[in-house]
Amino acid sequence: MTSLQHGAPPSRPPGRVDGGARTQDRDPRRQARARRRLMWSRLDVRASPYAFIAPFFLLFGVFGLFPLLYTVWVSLHDWSLIGGNEGWAGLDNYARLVTDPVFWNALYNTMGIFVLAVVPQLLLALLLADTLNRRIRFANLFRMTMILPYITSIAALAIVFSTLFGGEQFGLINQLLAAVGLEPIAWHGDRYAAWTAIAVMIDWRWTGYNALIYLAAMQSIPKDVYEAADLDGASRMRQFWQITIPLLRPTIVFTVIISTIGQMQLFTEPAIFDNSAGYGGGTQGQFQTVMMLVFEEVFTYQNYGYAAAVSWVLFLLVVVLGLINTWITSRIRGAE
Amino acid sequence: MTATTVRPASTQRPAQHRRRANRRPGSLRRMRQATPLTYFALLLTLVLSVFPLWWMFVIATRTTTAASQFPPALLPGPNFGANIVRLFENPSANFTTGLLNSLIASTTVAVSVVFFCSLAGFALAKLNFKGRTVATVAVVVTMAVPVQIGLVPLLILMEWFGWRGELQSVIVPFMVSGFGVFMMRQYVTQTIPDELIEAARIDGCSTFRIYWSIVLPALRPAMVVLGLLTFMQTWNEFIWALAVLSPSNPTVQFSIQQLNESAYARDFALMFTGATFATLPLLIIFVVLGRQLVGRIMEGAIKA
Repeated sequence: MTSLQHGAPPSRPPGRVDGGARTQDRDPRRQARARRRLMWSRLDVRASPYAFIAPFFLLFGVFGLFPLLYTVWVSLHDWSLIGGNEGWAGLDNYARLVTDPVFWNALYNTMGIFVLAVVPQLLLALLLADTLNRRIRFANLFRMTMILPYITSIAALAIVFSTLFGGEQFGLINQLLAAVGLEPIAWHGDRYAAWTAIAVMIDWRWTGYNALIYLAAMQSIPKDVYEAADLDGASRMRQFWQITIPLLRPTIVFTVIISTIGQMQLFTEPAIFDNSAGYGGGTQGQFQTVMMLVFEEVFTYQNYGYAAAVSWVLFLLVVVLGLINTWITSRIRGAE
Repeated sequence: MTATTVRPASTQRPAQHRRRANRRPGSLRRMRQATPLTYFALLLTLVLSVFPLWWMFVIATRTTTAASQFPPALLPGPNFGANIVRLFENPSANFTTGLLNSLIASTTVAVSVVFFCSLAGFALAKLNFKGRTVATVAVVVTMAVPVQIGLVPLLILMEWFGWRGELQSVIVPFMVSGFGVFMMRQYVTQTIPDELIEAARIDGCSTFRIYWSIVLPALRPAMVVLGLLTFMQTWNEFIWALAVLSPSNPTVQFSIQQLNESAYARDFALMFTGATFATLPLLIIFVVLGRQLVGRIMEGAIKA
């Protein structure tokens, strides 16, 4: 916090000095001490690396990996808050899941909000990055603006946005619509309106962040590519679509993967948007996401086993989507 | 993507490693000129980014009716003090507890992440040991694991430990981060020459001493960034706090959620005052660190 300056590492005196300490010694006591020290330092060199990485792997193992794997075990049991493990259930929880309309509804909402949020978000981010990738005044100010939403509290801003998208006469957005002569929209009641409102919250937070990532990638494109295009008489528009976008593809896929992992677990925005108690996601579950369903099963019905089954299916979904993305990336790389 | 990560010759001074292509002063890259449309688009983005935050603050200084006023109130009103008093006295929010809990948890997690991650990052970057490559790959893989999905067993684990509802439940599980280890590893690789560590060893330094006296001082800029990022993340954490804590012992984010849910007639002024407090420390960090953060996000992207 005190100094952002990079502290120069202490420099060695000029010339090799490492031979200086190696004076031969014939005193046996000193020799024994030297041997002890040598053993110590051998042990230090051997064991220290493991000691240094141990805290990370230990803590991650206990609080990250174990819960994830244990999810499978819990999902194969009847498991409740009070009773704990109430016996083997086999695939019952999964059988219920396959026929549970509530699960499919939650999945539909999660995927729908994902697409509705991510597609405009990444397109806008590309355009914004292209806008920033010019000689502009106050470049730092505008770049900082890009990540201002990203650093704010998700819960706090979800409260603000839920109010902006408030019901018929109260919400600012509906009043704005009325002012330009449009009908008010039932932001909470209608499924697709609710999806839109939630997607807006997500995009408000993440568009600028992704724009910065794209900007960085754009700036690493060698300039002679554009010069050649200029010589060939390609327009700016054409250069953007035929040079910038193709060269950015790995970065774009990277952001898609990150967004997928994040959005499949979407919870905070819709949970706060739903301003009634519980995790139902609106009166008809019109914006209940999969993560909200997990919460509902845990806290409303105390059904840990089923919640774990839903979680595990969600995990597999994230893995599958991630693999698809990676496969697309490698195909792109292969094509280049 | 790969070209930018090539390390300069090791004879260069470490500080130069950090200067990246996109920061090249007086770059030869001929950039396009901005048009009025450019500025219009950027100003629009600025207004859209700032408005929800500003409006949150404005409503926090007014009465609840101001939230449904049109055209919207755009200047602060006289009620901020009164709203703050009401917020801290609100029986369902336990706001004082929430604020303190969040401060303690965020600080502890930040310090711990910086310590453990720099330790592991140093080991992975500079120490020779069997399994180093495997460990490095494992760290990268953990970054992609959506640990949130293990929520149910983690809750069960907390019950076994007797931690449910206790503050340590939102601290201990977050004391390390794969991202942190990776970031530190990259930074150590870039800033600390191997010869320096060899020299220290020949002078008789133990491995921990090398970490403490050579690596840590050189890592300070990266540690500040990782620490503040982690603080922000922990301060912002909501889902897990909601799952494991209780309304009587909340974090600040949980506490403002209580305001959102409990009120029969929703008290926007009160909610927005809480939201303002929940955002304030993040804004302070942003003011201090915003430029650095921009640089980090952009550098990270190039490395990814």
